[in-house]
Amino acid sequence: MRFMVMVKATKDSEAGVMPSQKLLEDMGKYNEELVKAGVMLAGEGLQPSSKGARVRFSGNKRTVIDGPFTETKELVAGFWLWQVKSLAEAIEWVKRCPNPMPGESEIEIRQVFEAEDFGHALTPELRAQDERIRAQTSAQEPRP
Amino acid sequence: MAATDTHSAIDAVWRIESPRLIAGLTRMVRDVGVAEELAQDALVAALEQWPESGVPDNPGAWLMATAKHRAIDHFRRNRMLDRKHADIGRDLDARQRTAVADIDEALDDNMGDDLLRLIFISCHPILPTEARAALTLRLLGGLTTTEIARAFLVPEPTIAQRIVRAKRTLSAAQVPFEVPRGDAMAARLASVLEVIYLVFNEGYAATAGEDWMRPALCEDALRLGRVLAELTPAEAEVHGLVALMEIQASRARARINRSGEPILLLDQNRALWDRLLIRRGLAALERAQKAAATPGPYTLQAAIAACHARARTAEETDWPRIAALYDDLARLAPSPVVELNRAVAHGMAFGPAIGLELVDKLLSEPALENYHLLPSVRGDLLVKLNRLAEAQLEFERAASLTRNERERILLCERARACSV
Repeated sequence: MRFMVMVKATKDSEAGVMPSQKLLEDMGKYNEELVKAGVMLAGEGLQPSSKGARVRFSGNKRTVIDGPFTETKELVAGFWLWQVKSLAEAIEWVKRCPNPMPGESEIEIRQVFEAEDFGHALTPELRAQDERIRAQTSAQEPRP
Repeated sequence: MAATDTHSAIDAVWRIESPRLIAGLTRMVRDVGVAEELAQDALVAALEQWPESGVPDNPGAWLMATAKHRAIDHFRRNRMLDRKHADIGRDLDARQRTAVADIDEALDDNMGDDLLRLIFISCHPILPTEARAALTLRLLGGLTTTEIARAFLVPEPTIAQRIVRAKRTLSAAQVPFEVPRGDAMAARLASVLEVIYLVFNEGYAATAGEDWMRPALCEDALRLGRVLAELTPAEAEVHGLVALMEIQASRARARINRSGEPILLLDQNRALWDRLLIRRGLAALERAQKAAATPGPYTLQAAIAACHARARTAEETDWPRIAALYDDLARLAPSPVVELNRAVAHGMAFGPAIGLELVDKLLSEPALENYHLLPSVRGDLLVKLNRLAEAQLEFERAASLTRNERERILLCERARACSV
């Protein structure tokens, strides 16, 4: 199963303060460990919200709101996508992470939906497509 | 922390730490069975102590230290036994000292090599393939016997026995704990890749029912492949296999319908393909192609899979390229099924007459005698050539050979359509 692991923003990260050399090194090592364990699928750091925007929806109306946004703790400063066996494993990995910020910080772990989680909520088109199974091998996947 | 939480935390720690733990211990005690027992002892100690004391700050080091004590006990016990048997005991103190030094060394970051040695020993060709797979999942995937049994749809005692026997075989043959060198490397690596791909296919081909454990098996195989790719960055075929698995896994959501029946590649909704896995697969393929001048069989298969992955619609598929790749694959790893796929690719690329010519060469192939896809492919090509009466016979024959009821009905429908 997959988890999105999000590093929450802080005043510093929102102010565009760059991480220390030491933290960059520690984070680099940690990322390497995640890759070596076959856990990390993707990961990125995000620019402060001052460089972002929001689009608010209300019925058919769309309103664009420019950053920065004030509720710092609710913002995301970076994320990973991991493939692990359980939430517990994701927690164990997060516990090994160097503190991503100077001082207080928080990392949030959220499970990603898998195909089977949707169960029968397939669209009619998909359902129709499901019905179209043809005995045609031109599409056999390569398998000697 | 509640006891159940602690238990799931211990499970997780075990999953993360056990491969390195067992690898380090195997280097010391030179016996993978004994090493696993020692690691298990440490796990039992954790299960006893952590619910009371809480999970330690560095659980990996805790497990290693505990296992290290057990290992020293193990050496002492052996020394007593040796004495009892009036064996030569003079160098035992030295041996014990070496062992302790070894364990200390095992704690440092020399771990990668040990992990790689553990992979090679688990996939040793002396073991039957099934045993290799079970042992690898157990020692490197951190899976329990119960999980492995469920994954392979085999009774638990069977798996347990397979693992016990495998460990005994390795011990009796005194298989060295090493990374093979030179000529031996290629053959041994092939054995490792075979095991990983077998595990992957066990999960990937098993699409039936509510069997939620089986996609997990694909994930286990991918994880093993990714770990191996980090350990052997210069081995092209390792990257090739990883690329193949990533790209195949990218289609998991699109390749079966709600009743668990397969949807063929060209009929799949490509919007459901996992772009992240495709990107990872293409990157791994690039690494494979950089690492070797001539691609091996896994890299070729990955390259074929990549052609499909790159096509935004089925119509955009680069069939001439796929046909060329199948030509290479047929030269390198010839098999009747590869030939059949090659015929299909040539038919798509250069017209049904060319495809049919290649398929007809396979008609006398004994391995394909009862393979429903042969008449099915032939029927398909004949339809395209407007030879409907012959096509009808082929679809009828294919229908009589398939074991899948759903497919049988569809083949009968195609046969009937030919006579209208």
